[in-house]
Amino acid sequence: MGLTNSSIGIHAVDSGLIIEKTSPQDRVIALAGNPNVGKSTVFNSLTGMHQHTGNWPGKTVATAQGICKDGGNTYVLVDIPGTYSLMPHSAEEEVARDLLCSGEPDAVVVVCDATCLERNLNLVLQTIELCPQTVVCVNLMDEAARKHIRLDLGKIEKRLGVPVVSTIARKKRSLQALLKAVTAVVEKKRVTTPYAVSYPAEIEDAIARLSPFLPSSLVLNPRWVCLQILQGNPSFSNDEVLTRETQAILSDLAEKGMDSDKIKDAIVSALVQAAEKICQGAITYEKDTYNKFDRQLDKLLTGRFTAYPIMLFFLAFIFWLTITGANYPSALLSALFNQLQTYLTAFCLQINMPDWLYGALILGVYRVLASVVSVMLPPMAIFFPLFTLLEDAGYLPRIAYNLDKPFKRCCACGKQALTMCMGFGCNAAGVVGCRIIDSPRERLLAILTNSFVPCNGRFPTLILLITMFFVSAEAGLFPSLLSAALLTFFILLSILLTFAATKILTKTVLKGVPSSFTLELPPYRRPQLGRVIVRSVLDRTLFVLGRAVAIAAPAGLVIWLLANVSVHGTSILSHCAAFFDPFARLMGLDGVILLAFILGFPANEIVMPLILMTYMATGSLPEVSDTNALHTVLVQNGWTWQTAASMLLFTLVHWPCSTTMLTIKKETGSAKWTAIAVALPTICGILLCILFNVFISCIR
Amino acid sequence: MNRTLCDLRPGEHATVRKLLTKGSMRRRILDLGLIENTDVECISQSPGGDLSAFMIRGAVIAIRAEDLKGICIK
Repeated sequence: MGLTNSSIGIHAVDSGLIIEKTSPQDRVIALAGNPNVGKSTVFNSLTGMHQHTGNWPGKTVATAQGICKDGGNTYVLVDIPGTYSLMPHSAEEEVARDLLCSGEPDAVVVVCDATCLERNLNLVLQTIELCPQTVVCVNLMDEAARKHIRLDLGKIEKRLGVPVVSTIARKKRSLQALLKAVTAVVEKKRVTTPYAVSYPAEIEDAIARLSPFLPSSLVLNPRWVCLQILQGNPSFSNDEVLTRETQAILSDLAEKGMDSDKIKDAIVSALVQAAEKICQGAITYEKDTYNKFDRQLDKLLTGRFTAYPIMLFFLAFIFWLTITGANYPSALLSALFNQLQTYLTAFCLQINMPDWLYGALILGVYRVLASVVSVMLPPMAIFFPLFTLLEDAGYLPRIAYNLDKPFKRCCACGKQALTMCMGFGCNAAGVVGCRIIDSPRERLLAILTNSFVPCNGRFPTLILLITMFFVSAEAGLFPSLLSAALLTFFILLSILLTFAATKILTKTVLKGVPSSFTLELPPYRRPQLGRVIVRSVLDRTLFVLGRAVAIAAPAGLVIWLLANVSVHGTSILSHCAAFFDPFARLMGLDGVILLAFILGFPANEIVMPLILMTYMATGSLPEVSDTNALHTVLVQNGWTWQTAASMLLFTLVHWPCSTTMLTIKKETGSAKWTAIAVALPTICGILLCILFNVFISCIR
Repeated sequence: MNRTLCDLRPGEHATVRKLLTKGSMRRRILDLGLIENTDVECISQSPGGDLSAFMIRGAVIAIRAEDLKGICIK
């Protein structure tokens, strides 16, 4: 279910993994599995939490933990990023391996996709080799049934030697059996006899030779550790004798024609073949055409002639729904807040509240709060669930599939399209999401350019500016379609700028050739329409309300104080605005707008309310009820369509918000890259605005 | 003639003969179950033409053309 409160904003910052037990008796259960098999859904159902879920591989990049109780036992569940194997290739996969190797989990649940169980068994086999206390959870049984895939789980359980339970994670009841199996394994009531993969004779010999040299303090399965050492995993061969013996064994193997690549091949092939054997006769595909629908949809959504028009259509359609849908709650909320203000004013007069306090509280704090909630919240609360629906259906990986070519031209990774899409929801979440990209260079590219696409907090500003200055004010189908088209145009521009910025980086500080990657296209899934909408509208509303109180209200107070405290006969605000004014004029803005952008550093959605409030604090307009009135305020303060266009451009491209910046610092671990991530969009935005205004004055 | 997965058109099947890919991509491909003698079907080609999607052991995986040249088929 899409991005949630716990996956965006400040929560997107990963604080690393420290398992938090409520008491020493708590058992730690790790949830492992291939990417996109529904681990997070299982996790949410068991813990009652709301971790971000979505139908695309790599969505969970950091670990999450939650508490789950079953009878007398308390379990600390740890949701780890999806991985195809325990031999990690990327930052997120390392997290998975490290946790399993830490010896901390009392049991591991490997969540598998019932529709492609054989591939999933590769990880199961590696996990049971490492940790015998494993339960295999075959999830998405409903999907398998729909595709007429019949699974004989009894047979598979017997062959694997560990409990195998089937679940439909969206249905909570089906998880009872899983908990029961986990409890049985943890309490050692169910003794597991994990299937031992037999490797080629040369490898088995090497394991036998190497085992005696392992340190006796080793808690991990020696066989598994030997395999890791043979595959060249450096973290285990820190002992001198062991290293020497390893060298000897490896050179003996090399003499027999087994170089390091061949050893890895032999080990993986043995695993894959074992998985094949275990599934033999236990999985029947009753229909050859079980995924016909997916393929037909793919033909449409990724077809040569249809892919891009459909992408554009989806984009424009979502914007149109957002723009038209937001009008009604917006008008309602404004009326409500204005009414409330009348009461509040009357109340303040009655108790003889001093003028300055009334001004600070009502005209400062209350007004900004009210306009954030009434003007900014509705578009955010509508856009978000729509985006989530596309994500849940499995469309995002198709976007990456379609957009790989341009990203490759920029020497970047196609998966950057996924993180870019996440950026539309929240740039901080997008930056964390960049962990799905394996190559460090390409990951940096994706991180540095993520804030080039406008996040959810910037959409309302874009919509407001477009409807006020570029579309006739009357309601109706045509104006709303035109607004949606214009917004789509600006979003395309931001995507184009992302490409341009990526290209600039690959030609300067991040030179390199595009590296290899694989992209899984998951089956389409029908999103849980009602649940997604309710959940994500609610989530968004709470999120924006929380930020309105924490950030918009204090900012409102600051602006009011600046506007009303005078130095040398003029307010501080006028001084500040006058200070920024000359430079802002170059960009087609004015000092107030630039000041609002600077004060809006903690949250983009407060920029527009701050501008309005500033104008009103110095002007005389008491109440603002609809966009027409807002338009009047702006025009009275010297706005033209050119000002609006400049502000649109600068809203698209300027410094990342404070949370995103913090996340970038955390993810890159470098002040230099953080500085570049801030400087790049800032400079681009300023140049863009200046160029636009020079261009306009030239053609005049 | 040395045919690779790159030569496979949408709708065609093939069996993997040999992997020439090196390094971490090799391991990634293996982890996906693409070992010798695995049957794969080309599903589609991306609109840009650089990625191809294959059905590999029940999952659809897209790989770039350059990387496909390292996967020989019979």
